[in-house]
Amino acid sequence: MTSSASRLKGRSELGVAALLGAVGALVLIDAARLVVPYSQSDPVGPKALPMIVGGLLLICAVLLAVNVLRGGRGEAEAGEDVDLTHPSDWKTVLPLAGAFIANILLIDWAGWVISGTVLFWGSVWALGSRHYVRDGLISLALALLTFYGFYLGLGIALPAGLLEGIL
Amino acid sequence: MDVLSSLMDGFATALTPMNLLYALIGVILGTAVGVLPGIGPAMTVALLLPVATVLEPTSAFIMFAGIYYGGMFGGSTTSILLNTPGESSSVITAIEGNLMAKAGKAAQALATAAIGSFVAGAIGTSLLVVFAPIVVQFAVSLGAPSYFAIMVLALLAVTAVLGSSKLRGFASLGLGLAIGLVGLDFVSGQARLTFGLPLLSDGLDVVVIAVAIFAVGEALWVAAHLRRTPLQIIPVGRPWMGKEDWKRSWKPWLRGTAFGFPFGALPAGGAEIPTFLSYVTEKRLSKHPEEFGKGAIEGVAGPEAANNAAAAGTLTPMLALGLPTNATAAVMLAAFTQFGIQPGPLLFQNEGPLVWALIASLFIGNFLLLLVNLPLAPVWAKLLRLPRPYLYAGILFFATLGAYSVNLQAFDLMLLLVLGALGFMMRRYGLPVLPLILGVILGPRLEKQLRQALQLSAGDVSGLWSEPIAVVVYIIVALVLLWPLAARLWRARRPRTGGLVMAGGPAVDGPASGPAAAPPVEAPAEGSAAEGSAAAAPADRGPDAGRRRSDATHANHGQEKS
Repeated sequence: MTSSASRLKGRSELGVAALLGAVGALVLIDAARLVVPYSQSDPVGPKALPMIVGGLLLICAVLLAVNVLRGGRGEAEAGEDVDLTHPSDWKTVLPLAGAFIANILLIDWAGWVISGTVLFWGSVWALGSRHYVRDGLISLALALLTFYGFYLGLGIALPAGLLEGIL
Repeated sequence: MDVLSSLMDGFATALTPMNLLYALIGVILGTAVGVLPGIGPAMTVALLLPVATVLEPTSAFIMFAGIYYGGMFGGSTTSILLNTPGESSSVITAIEGNLMAKAGKAAQALATAAIGSFVAGAIGTSLLVVFAPIVVQFAVSLGAPSYFAIMVLALLAVTAVLGSSKLRGFASLGLGLAIGLVGLDFVSGQARLTFGLPLLSDGLDVVVIAVAIFAVGEALWVAAHLRRTPLQIIPVGRPWMGKEDWKRSWKPWLRGTAFGFPFGALPAGGAEIPTFLSYVTEKRLSKHPEEFGKGAIEGVAGPEAANNAAAAGTLTPMLALGLPTNATAAVMLAAFTQFGIQPGPLLFQNEGPLVWALIASLFIGNFLLLLVNLPLAPVWAKLLRLPRPYLYAGILFFATLGAYSVNLQAFDLMLLLVLGALGFMMRRYGLPVLPLILGVILGPRLEKQLRQALQLSAGDVSGLWSEPIAVVVYIIVALVLLWPLAARLWRARRPRTGGLVMAGGPAVDGPASGPAAAPPVEAPAEGSAAEGSAAAAPADRGPDAGRRRSDATHANHGQEKS
């Protein structure tokens, strides 16, 4: 018990293997219900590639699980602004995702100008800026600018939502 | 002479004021995103896809060409002025370039990088003009079996050669292929992986996938590990070079170009290997070997030229075969499809004016970059000081806007978030991004070729190797896959002697297959040259090997920042 628990500790990468396995199984299950009519013009049929892909994913899932249990570890990606010395900072990521979800919920109802403002303002706040008023003005300007830019320049009408008639 | 007159026509198209303007917009935008951390040319092109549909295809591709070359230019500026390279192809440039900048020679480092990029870009594009039609001539005679084989090679090579872990590469490829399966099967019309959702029956939009994986994934990943202490940016004036710098730079430029182009032109060539080979070669040939490690100009000039020549080389299979080998080329291929243009060897025939205008605009963009970049270097350096909350909030903002404007449905934004989370996870656990994108884009085309090939042979599997080229390609595939094994056996028999061990060394050391694992995919001639030069500097092994291992992380996302 304790040994298996300690083996699992710090092996969050097993989750990746689980995900690969789940996706692989999904692909295979989905492929299984496809009908393959015998056809001279399409001997391969729609099933072949999904079967191969699902198989590939399952094999990868198993090999990755073995690799991780043996102490293998994927290298986290570095970058200019990435500091890997501290652990994942969920206090930044979750509010950021929150701002993103707020935009999804608002965009069709409240319109892009409002949802875009919320998105940018929320993201800037999540990422650590505390100039509330300045950020708000920048957000609103960006949202308005893109709204009119898309409408006048590209002929793409982003949803106006609540502000319909005003904009 | 046909080629020349086509090219002249291309210049005539590309030099109209409007198209020139798009080229300028492209290079400025490209350089800006190349300089800025977190975004790169592939993502920029993806974001601009919905916007570009209102443009003429020719103008759109002229702009994309500018972004493509501009991104390479911008990347070198960042790696010289900051001590952390943002993209795998700039890793080598960053070594000596940043040391030069620290030693007060930032202006010279930027100058040799910019001029070297120009020289390599000009030569590389010329080689593209020469070779692409030859490849096309050869390619039009190929049937579905050969295409299938070549696509398999490209996918496997990108997956198995680049990046630090083959296993994680294949996992990423599998995910990409699975995403590519979503939608109606094009022959039988049956829905695959749509889960009954009508919104999924047209498949996932490439724009949404690319933006999610590159932009949203990157923004979330950086947010989780945002550097709280500002980076040291070395101030710089206008780049310039003295007489001595020119004398020391011009040969490395040419040698770097010679390394870069063939590697870029191969499926899975990438830019890491040639930049590394160029660095090693320059170190060996230099009259000032003692300066290496303290900021030698040759160590910037050569790799930077190799990087840009590889970028030009990559366009050869992209335009001639419809085969992308880096992220930007993959997204550009998706753009062709979006404009209703069929990529492949018939591209030159069917869309000749567009392709030649695109190639002409590469020359023009390359020249514009030189004009724009030398005086504007201080401005680009300022861009690096953009407060990070605004930068990453802006990336999310425009990612959302770009993905939403494709179909104007909030559902796409949900996909964006889910796939963005996938991109985050891939960065966290070292799954390379490039195989996924190539899997998404090449997967459906691969399936089409497979079904066509077997249709021709009436279901007989031997139809897959019914063409000689297909057989040759499968042999190369086998070599790519078996190489690490063969190298391990070789090393077990003859421990650490001679060049081969050098070249194969990093590949067999463990799970990480370093850049030097590539020679087997090379054509024989270049392959031996590559091994020769890598072997030529056994003394470099020590310090560089360690460095390269840590660089393997960067190699994950292919040859460029996305």
